[in-house]
Amino acid sequence: MNREEIIGKINGFFVSEFEADESTILPLENMTKTLGLDSLDFVDLVVSIENNFGFKVNPEDFQSIVTFQDFYEYVIQNIKQASSQ
Amino acid sequence: MKRVVITGYGIYSSIGKNIEEVSKSLYEGKSGIIFDPLRKEFGYQSALTGMVESPILKDKLDRRARLMLPEQGEYAYMSTIEALKNANLDQNYLDENEVGIIFGNDSSAKPVIDATDIIREKKNTQFAGSGSVFQSLNSTVTMNLATIFRLKGINFTVSAACASGSQAIGLGFHYIRTGLQDCIICGGAQETNIFSMGNFDAISAFSTRENEPTKASRPFDRDRDGLVPSGGAATVILESLDSALKRGATIYGEIIGYGFSSNGGHISNPTIEGPTRSIEKSLLDAQIKASQIDYINAHATSTPVGDASEAQSLDKVFGLYKPLISSTKSMTGHECWMAGASEIVYSMIMMKEGFVAPNINFENPDEFSAKLNIADKKINKRIDVFLSNSFGFGGTNSSLIIKNYK
Repeated sequence: MNREEIIGKINGFFVSEFEADESTILPLENMTKTLGLDSLDFVDLVVSIENNFGFKVNPEDFQSIVTFQDFYEYVIQNIKQASSQ
Repeated sequence: MKRVVITGYGIYSSIGKNIEEVSKSLYEGKSGIIFDPLRKEFGYQSALTGMVESPILKDKLDRRARLMLPEQGEYAYMSTIEALKNANLDQNYLDENEVGIIFGNDSSAKPVIDATDIIREKKNTQFAGSGSVFQSLNSTVTMNLATIFRLKGINFTVSAACASGSQAIGLGFHYIRTGLQDCIICGGAQETNIFSMGNFDAISAFSTRENEPTKASRPFDRDRDGLVPSGGAATVILESLDSALKRGATIYGEIIGYGFSSNGGHISNPTIEGPTRSIEKSLLDAQIKASQIDYINAHATSTPVGDASEAQSLDKVFGLYKPLISSTKSMTGHECWMAGASEIVYSMIMMKEGFVAPNINFENPDEFSAKLNIADKKINKRIDVFLSNSFGFGGTNSSLIIKNYK
């Protein structure tokens, strides 16, 4: 999966599972605020990542993620790490 | 002591998705029972069930609220929005006043089983998702509705088997009567999914008249062979008379008596004495005589032993006066945790519209039901006072008396 495909897949589950309006998903926007995520939503986000990309998420990792771009980079980085192992 | 009145009600059941549809079904004696082939495949002895349509909530509730709601919570949301509308209570009122909620619910099987299946497969609890715990608790209906409607008063669930809904209304009645609350959303909810009733089927409690689904639930009839499970939700808005008058609310009825008892006997076999005490306590509480009851909505579920026992109990208390009796379970099936609340709603509809709904499929009495005045067809009749009975496993009994408000 290339970078664009990964971002497309992430935006896809934001729309399908979190019922986000696709037009509001912009790389530099605050992800939590835009999607209206609460602490419970992060449980579902962890599950979505593992189901869609196959790597396990440490919930503490979310502390450094602010924008959608941060999230994309986090997922891309983890996929790279998983494939190089 | 404060007077307690009913200022709104709502219903979502196998015989209709709102008051209007249910009124029509009650009037016409329409059954909501079907044969569900999936139950047979799953291993049920009887595939009969009340058919309750799933409500579409996507345009009504946000994702988070929907994730938290199990099946019976969805039904309860539907019956509650109808009841609140009927009572002319909007979100502003709920925000500015201490309104409570007490519902009867005694299981939430599907979310528990779904989560267990996922955890077993994935070996990771997180895959159960964020909504599972809130769907799984017995208090799921009250915790969800209290959150959705931002309620600030009393908030808990009553688990009393098939008397849950009735005991919930009885407790709401006491909270208001004693001045602790002014307005409480009361009711009962019951799931109908395939996971919810397998263990009930295991004890051969269900009718096996699968070739005639609409004739299977036949309370008091000589040839009854068991109950038919069903579900949905019913909501009743209880309010102090002072609060109702202050709001200028329409008052549909007044709760005047609540009786209760425990059989002190077998876990599933009924007694005559336990329900009799519950009925007599409700009459004493209402300060009325047995002769003043115009209509009785019987608990009668269509089981051979249960109906015979209730019939003897009713004959003991009302034998001299013979008020009209029907079991609406003949049409709805047994709505279990919801039944005590839904049967108040069904009876409220009859009181408002001036008829007694038929005990359908009552073709031949047995030796005990022959002594009762059972409405085998719809009867136009003014109802001023009615009694509703609900009995449950463990010998829990509840009787409510409601009077037309004048």
